Amino acid sequence: MDLDALAGCLSSSACLVTQTTSGLIIGMLLFLVAVGLTLIFGVLKVVNFSHGAFYMFGAYFAMAAYQLTGSFALAMLAGAAGTAILGLIFERVFMSRVYGADVLMQLLVCYAFVLIFDDVVRIIWGPEFKSMGMPSAFQVMPLFIAGGVVPPYYLLLIGVALVAAIVLGAGLSRTRIGKVIRAAAHNPGMVSALGINTGLIYGGVFALGGMLAGLAGALAAPVRSLTPGMGFSVLIESFIVTVIGGMGSILGALIGALLLGLIRSFGSLGFPLFTEGLMYLFMVIVLVSKPTGLFGKEAA
Amino acid sequence: MTELEAGRARALVPVSSGAALQRYRDVLIAVIAFAVLASLPLFTGSKALLDFVIRCSAYGLFATSLNLLVGYTGLTSFGHGMFFGLGAYGFGLIMQKLGVPIPVAFVATLAITAVIAAIIGAICVRLKEIYFAFVTLAFQMLIHSTILSWASFTGGDQGLRGGIPRPTFLGINLANHIHLYVASCALLILGLLAMRQIAQSPFGYTLRMIRDNAARASFLGIDVWRAKLTVFVLAALFAAMGGMVMALFVSGAYPEFAYWTISGEAIFINMLGGVSTFLGPMVGTVLLLLLNDTVTRFTEYHGIVLGVVILFFALGLRKGLLDFVAEWFARRRKTGEGR
Repeated sequence: MDLDALAGCLSSSACLVTQTTSGLIIGMLLFLVAVGLTLIFGVLKVVNFSHGAFYMFGAYFAMAAYQLTGSFALAMLAGAAGTAILGLIFERVFMSRVYGADVLMQLLVCYAFVLIFDDVVRIIWGPEFKSMGMPSAFQVMPLFIAGGVVPPYYLLLIGVALVAAIVLGAGLSRTRIGKVIRAAAHNPGMVSALGINTGLIYGGVFALGGMLAGLAGALAAPVRSLTPGMGFSVLIESFIVTVIGGMGSILGALIGALLLGLIRSFGSLGFPLFTEGLMYLFMVIVLVSKPTGLFGKEAA
Repeated sequence: MTELEAGRARALVPVSSGAALQRYRDVLIAVIAFAVLASLPLFTGSKALLDFVIRCSAYGLFATSLNLLVGYTGLTSFGHGMFFGLGAYGFGLIMQKLGVPIPVAFVATLAITAVIAAIIGAICVRLKEIYFAFVTLAFQMLIHSTILSWASFTGGDQGLRGGIPRPTFLGINLANHIHLYVASCALLILGLLAMRQIAQSPFGYTLRMIRDNAARASFLGIDVWRAKLTVFVLAALFAAMGGMVMALFVSGAYPEFAYWTISGEAIFINMLGGVSTFLGPMVGTVLLLLLNDTVTRFTEYHGIVLGVVILFFALGLRKGLLDFVAEWFARRRKTGEGR
């Protein structure tokens, strides 16, 4: 424990800015992964245990595309589109077979794919740490805000995540497709009786969730190192986010992810060894006081 | 599943004599199983085989105890591994720091586990389904983080090293490989027998009722919270037993023993073997360990092979192996009667 470091940081504006931005980017990446998870759970009622693998694939696809073309935009596109297609195939071919089955069966199918996907990445890209490298467009002087250092790439990352949050929120509440998706989440039998292809909606939602995780992976690729098991810790953390925020709530995922990001960045100062413990402690406290999460609806 | 339950219910009708008879049968099977396992070293000198059985004992106790929660009570715990880790660390630390005889450390570890399980269980069991799963997972990770960060006491990420002292007690020397083997088999058989008694007792049937219809059980005057808490603590004790066997086997304790993947493995074992028969998890344990050992010998990409096997079970059989076999027999008997 190092409470002096924490107090010292809280009293200096430079450190405060640096830690807050690093907390924000952790939180924003987590949000993109967690919102896909919460969306899939909300509509399909499936806990996608293999969601971390989509994050991993997003990062690797982006790296491959960047090395091939040298274009950062194409890399992001490859990460997002590649995982969307992967999600669609995964849902239609495998997950759709276990919807009626036991929750444990669904978990098992996902667990199998976590193992398979990790090995596939190991075969294609090798087991060692890889790095994509910062695109040259962002290799500029960092910004100084109130004495704190903020790399420009962080601003892009936060911006993209915020745009995704707004588009997603507005799309679900304002557009016709959003209404159909919400209706399918509420009563799939009725939606299907009204002549809407629910299989298509399920596949689409899964693809969207996978795409968001892939986008997060692609955005993270320049600032994190890539390894075959990288989806794992992200998966666990985004689980915590969805549980804290409430399963199925987009706003909850955003608030939960930001809280968790800040806990991680400031917790690593005050409790360097117990940072992870802090997150779990926070999750326990939320679950015990409000089992459905901060923004979850009362369980039916 | 329904056929099986119907079969079980029919066998239950003559409760008084039937239950006693079944108990004798179970004890007899246990004695025979122990005799077979314990005489194994007489026929083979293979250390690898004996090691395999010891590992099966540790994982088997652990996985079967999880089935008390998942299969019998319908409590899907994602954090059961924390008690496996607690058992290993509790036992190792007591032996290293206090130097008491092994049985004392054994009982003390069980007592500590019971207290911790009672506290965690009291918080967890009032939550439903997926939330129960998540909060147990959170507690597991909390314990894992504590083990990692309390390095001066637990050895941190290096694990509990320096070996676990094994003073001889009543002529039993656990430093001797054969003695350790026989002791592990004894613990496995005793543990399984005890869990079987719990599962077949009136309390065990109360648990099944809670699984099938908790509201009805509550209307009939059963304190559902207390019954769930009781089985949570009981299952934790057997998981800790498995952890202690593991600690003795590797002569130490490692943070992985308390990591969530070990809970995942136990759930996987249960699904592999089947949750609607008592010995399903035991079959699953042997299957998984065999699979792990053979596959890692042939390829470094054992994730793919393991994944495909899991998919075969989840999408092909759609149930555990022993469940599949039991249902197959039930179907055969039925068609036989119809003819």
